[in-house]
Amino acid sequence: MGVGDLLSLIEGAGVTIAISLLAIAIGTPLGLGLALIRWAGVRGLDPLVAAAVSILRATPSVTLVLLVYYALPTVGWDIPRFGAAVATLSLGSMAYNCEIWRGALLAFPKDQLDAALAFGMSRRLRFSLILLPQIARAALPALVNEMTLLIKVSPAVAVIGVVETTRAAVRIGARTYSPILPFLVALVIYMIVIGGFVMAQRALERRPQVAVYA
Amino acid sequence: MSFHGIAVVWEQRELMLNGLVTTLLIAAVSAVLAALLGVAIFTMLISRVRGVPQAFSAVIDLMRCLPFMLFCYMIYYALPVFGITIENIAAGVLALTLYNACYIAELLRGAFQALPRENVEAAHAFGFHGWRLVVRIILPPVVLASVPMLGNQVVQIIKDSAFLVIIAVQELTYAANEIQATYYVPFASFVCAVLLYWSLCLVVESGVRAVVRVAELRR
Repeated sequence: MGVGDLLSLIEGAGVTIAISLLAIAIGTPLGLGLALIRWAGVRGLDPLVAAAVSILRATPSVTLVLLVYYALPTVGWDIPRFGAAVATLSLGSMAYNCEIWRGALLAFPKDQLDAALAFGMSRRLRFSLILLPQIARAALPALVNEMTLLIKVSPAVAVIGVVETTRAAVRIGARTYSPILPFLVALVIYMIVIGGFVMAQRALERRPQVAVYA
Repeated sequence: MSFHGIAVVWEQRELMLNGLVTTLLIAAVSAVLAALLGVAIFTMLISRVRGVPQAFSAVIDLMRCLPFMLFCYMIYYALPVFGITIENIAAGVLALTLYNACYIAELLRGAFQALPRENVEAAHAFGFHGWRLVVRIILPPVVLASVPMLGNQVVQIIKDSAFLVIIAVQELTYAANEIQATYYVPFASFVCAVLLYWSLCLVVESGVRAVVRVAELRR
């Protein structure tokens, strides 16, 4: 394993981080949107969202990425590998984040919103000033946990040929016939990336607890 | 999804069902083995021998940073380097078992820490120790309290089993991909696979609900 191999592993790490961050940036707000639809009980949409989330949560990422990459072109939408990878991970992240946001919303005391309404706050102000800051805080540990899970399933996109960390390691192992070292380097890369998230989560948990729904 | 696609998948139903059965068998065997090994690791985690819990904690922390797919490749490609060769399915079951046993041990420890300790102390006073203490006093309430999380872990095992497609285990996703590649019906074949995974997970979830209901009644 030479310097070139190490560089290709680092490049793979860059791809892992890029697709994960994009999926988090897309999946988290979409999950919030779906959770709000379910929380508000929008008629017609609520059961649809519930079914979609249930299906997505039961679908392995490998199967989903194959579906997205091979099936979309048959309906006339040619999607590049990278796009299919980000779309797949975003869908999974959206489904899991929907449940997390919904949990935070269900625990939120409605009387705060009634009070805001009594003060004449618009729906938009009630959402952005009263609801969002508090549910974001309550959901944060679970959201961070979900981000680490997302990074751990991200190698699934290797099956459609996206060269991220794991695939880069497998390639080097296959070419040099000594797979152990590249696998260990890949493991260290994941430890750094996931460990970073876990450490951030622990630091947040260790902060003095502020009563969230006081 | 055209009617043609559905018709093709229906014609190839045997292939798809074989994949489903393989997924089921692999997941079931791995789940049972992972549960047994997970309990064994859990007892190490609550052991009072110095250094033992710390050592197992370190292994679990390492496993929690490791994507399952990378672990799967490690088992499949790295074991032969040490002169150990195993078949694809055995490698898959081994990877699923070792990986999930660590997660199960960790969730059992979480449940153990949340439960009151009085019964363990009382059992000590009555002279329970070692194996009998674990099996008769410690485990029953811990396992009952963690049934929902154990159910989630079984769903996780079913989903992780799809990763075995990369080491050519002919499970459900492999079968769907075969049908897709041969007849070019990606939409129908993968949607069929997704629906089958979904029904497996729904079965597990309803099983968990039934167990929880019985547990509530017997409390």
